[in-house]
Amino acid sequence: MIPELGNFALALACCLAAAQAVLLLLGAEAREARLMAAAPGLAFGQLIAIATSFAALVWSNAVSDFSVRNVAAFSQSQAPLFYKITGTWGNHDGSILLWCLVLAICGAAVGAFGSNLPAALRARVIGVLGAVAAGFLLFALTASNPFQRLWPPPMQGNGMNPLLQDPALAIHPPILYLGYVGFSVPFAFAIAALLEGRIDAAWGRWVRPWALTSWCFLTCGIALGSWWAYYDLGWGGFWFWDPVENSSLLPWLTGTALIHSAIVVEKRESLKTWSVLLAIVTFSLSLCGTFLTRSGVLNSVHAFAISPTRGVFILALLGLVMVPSLLLFAFRAPVLAPTGLFAVISREGAIVLNNILLCSMAAVIFTGTLYPPFAALLAGEQLSVGAPFFDSTVLPLAVPLVLAMSIGPALSWKRAALFPALQRLWWVALAAALVGIVAALGWHGLASVGFAGAAWLIFGALADIAQRIRLFRVRASESLSRLAGLPLGAIGAAVAHAGLGVTIAGISGMTLASQRVIFLHPGQSTDFAGYHWTLTALDRVPGPDYVARVATLEASRDGRTIAVLHPSDRRFPVQGTAVTDTAIRTNLLVDLYTALGNVQNGGAEVRLRYDPLAPWIWLGALVMACGGGLSLADRRLRVGAPARRAARLPA
Amino acid sequence: MQRAALLRRPFLLLPLACVAVAGLGFAELLQRAGEGRYNPHTVPNFMVGRPVPEFSAAPAPPGAGFSTADLQHPPQPVLVNFFASWCLPCQAEEPLLDRLKAGHVPIWGIDYADQEAALKGFLQANGNPYTRLGADPKGAAAIAWGISGVPESFLVDRSGIIRWHLGGPLTPAIVADTLPRLLRKYA
Amino acid sequence: MARLFPLAAVLFVLLLAAPSFAAGSMLTAEQEARAEAIGSQLRCLVCQNETVEESSATLAANIRMVIREQVAAGRTNRQIMQWMTARYGDFIRLDPPFNRLTLLLWSMPVLAPAVGLGIAFAAGRRRRAPPPPLTEAEKARLAALLE
Repeated sequence: MIPELGNFALALACCLAAAQAVLLLLGAEAREARLMAAAPGLAFGQLIAIATSFAALVWSNAVSDFSVRNVAAFSQSQAPLFYKITGTWGNHDGSILLWCLVLAICGAAVGAFGSNLPAALRARVIGVLGAVAAGFLLFALTASNPFQRLWPPPMQGNGMNPLLQDPALAIHPPILYLGYVGFSVPFAFAIAALLEGRIDAAWGRWVRPWALTSWCFLTCGIALGSWWAYYDLGWGGFWFWDPVENSSLLPWLTGTALIHSAIVVEKRESLKTWSVLLAIVTFSLSLCGTFLTRSGVLNSVHAFAISPTRGVFILALLGLVMVPSLLLFAFRAPVLAPTGLFAVISREGAIVLNNILLCSMAAVIFTGTLYPPFAALLAGEQLSVGAPFFDSTVLPLAVPLVLAMSIGPALSWKRAALFPALQRLWWVALAAALVGIVAALGWHGLASVGFAGAAWLIFGALADIAQRIRLFRVRASESLSRLAGLPLGAIGAAVAHAGLGVTIAGISGMTLASQRVIFLHPGQSTDFAGYHWTLTALDRVPGPDYVARVATLEASRDGRTIAVLHPSDRRFPVQGTAVTDTAIRTNLLVDLYTALGNVQNGGAEVRLRYDPLAPWIWLGALVMACGGGLSLADRRLRVGAPARRAARLPA
Repeated sequence: MQRAALLRRPFLLLPLACVAVAGLGFAELLQRAGEGRYNPHTVPNFMVGRPVPEFSAAPAPPGAGFSTADLQHPPQPVLVNFFASWCLPCQAEEPLLDRLKAGHVPIWGIDYADQEAALKGFLQANGNPYTRLGADPKGAAAIAWGISGVPESFLVDRSGIIRWHLGGPLTPAIVADTLPRLLRKYA
Repeated sequence: MARLFPLAAVLFVLLLAAPSFAAGSMLTAEQEARAEAIGSQLRCLVCQNETVEESSATLAANIRMVIREQVAAGRTNRQIMQWMTARYGDFIRLDPPFNRLTLLLWSMPVLAPAVGLGIAFAAGRRRRAPPPPLTEAEKARLAALLE
């Protein structure tokens, strides 16, 4: 009965979403106050309906109700409860339902936290979100219904993909979707502004928190996926420029551009048309990512394989979202007249440069990802565009971006002088150059450029804060009080820029990694990376739904045991597949990474890696997300439209 | 001011035009994928129309092995079949190979990345349709022929030119129609 | 003549052993580095997401061995790549070739920022353009307002 309830709730949510769209958009056009006031209520109603539906699916998975076709296809009764629950979104149907849930959460969030918005704008935003949600709910209901029943129900499910039985991968989709789908809110703001025919400075201020929140989640989601690939796949890679990875990076790049150009909209009432287009493009890229992952058109290992007819449905949905929005943009954009001016050399100018570079990187990655299918279509040629291409084309664009990232905050608004700003950064440049030289003396060339860039960013962020609190130019107590009074947005920006520096340091460190693959019998040892490694045991350990081969590796130095690691290999009999589990010992500076390969003749192939600064890659992403979070806490972002007060009659 | 606005209009429509074109392209790709005409994972093979590459297949009892020289002027077209005992589709295509053998088509087999004992067991269980048999334990011959998996089959004509390639197991349709036609053409 | 026979025998044995030298551990460090560099540019055809160097597929191991044999035999990187693409096409190269078809692809890192800068400057210039001069009627209206 629960699945039936879920199905009904899904249908109800679809109707509510359609009502939300129609009533609110028409209400805003007609300036009907009562209809516009219904916005939060409709959004909450849709959320309750879809949450009920999602809960029903989670319940069916948790109790292993194999009469539900989706559960029978992707789950099994022996799996641990936590993974049964998280497996709800590990397949196509469940993930589309998760998408709809997050869309509803976004709508409800605007209803709950959007009381600072003017009524018409809020109604339009929630209306647009309702329209998008209606489309996805219709898709979920008709072509991807997870509540289809199977009668008679099988005794056992087909089995859960063993790769999904991993904590990081289990929470990766919800966090990633909060990012992807979160960008629907800036998209809705853009459409609302176009419908209204007006954007003022306040629009920039209102849109930023939503774009920042989505950006934080997307940063975490991408980092989580990369970290999972590193510790799970067994050879120490963390980014493969795989088409599905690229399609998550694209909205991140344009989203970063958006959070910066929204600042200029707020300060100068400029870059309005561009920001609107960017908001539309960012969400469109999120949708494209959904489409590309599920369509089977791209050569990727991540793709959920689905039938081409479903792919056509998603493509149609994509078209229905993108075509009207871009048409609206083409016809209404000229109305958004820019009013502010700024000099080329100014902080706004630096933000324009930031936007150009970020969007160029996105354009290169987009072209590279889509080239193979289109070359096959138009010219019949099969080529592949892989990591070497992306490394050689994206990194040269990242270099001027990193340089500008520390100079930009040092420039003043509206009109700035470049040389004084550069002079203030003299010690940052010196520090970066020193780090680069020291690195070049010790290690390979490319890594030293990376380290110099990281130092430039981290010290540049410190220089920005130092400049704002007038460090060493006024008394220390005054600097301290300035620090306490600094707007959180400024601190957040510095933290986020420094976070990118930490990530770049991590990536540069990984280029210096070394590894050894060696076949050992228990009792044998080898020397690697300054440690003496011994394989002390090789055991067979059964688990709830798998059988594991566990190796015990001891790393010692000068006779003292430094670490004992247990890499393993799990075989899942139901699915007939195997998963390697690496064992990593980290001190947050260096990773000692071990993985188990072929086990035969009583011995095992062991992969040993020495990865300097690897943890910094993901710690840096966490720091970036914290920076974004700090900016969100800034009081200034909560300023809203002035409330109507009763007019006071003169005495 | 009006003229400037009109000039801007085409630029503003540019994103929409790109999206429309891309959408049509994707629709076509999906259509082709549905019909089986498009698969991004298939590996192309470029040996068709070229002479047999430099390779050698080691002796594999009961076979004596063979190499490039043996395929340069065969008396009649030869089907070169890459297989392995550990490969399930290879077992599945054995009956079709037997059918070809009954039709007097010379089949030369190359056992890829396998062991002698396993090969013996495979031939005992499934029969031996091979006129000549060789082994390629290290895969050098497989790479020379541009193999990306097993089973794969090639048709070599009487002048030692590769005329046909199949990147997968034989199907009844191929054995009934395609191969007889090709064998007649290159007889 | 008799004295040459032992020498010939030794040489013959060495010749027989030569393939095993080429096939494995006898590469110099420089040759090994070259082989790894070539392998990192080739896509594994089984696990198509990985390079031939990283992949644990049998076919990838075979290709790695073939690369090392060819490096030991003294062939250049270009020759080895050509040998591979002759059999598998450009699909096996992770780096797409630079030809007419891929011109758009390779020029994008230069094209995109150029287009971006162009749009930025055009927009900036348009905004900076002074307003058109007043017509006679507008001048009269202005004079009347200022009175």
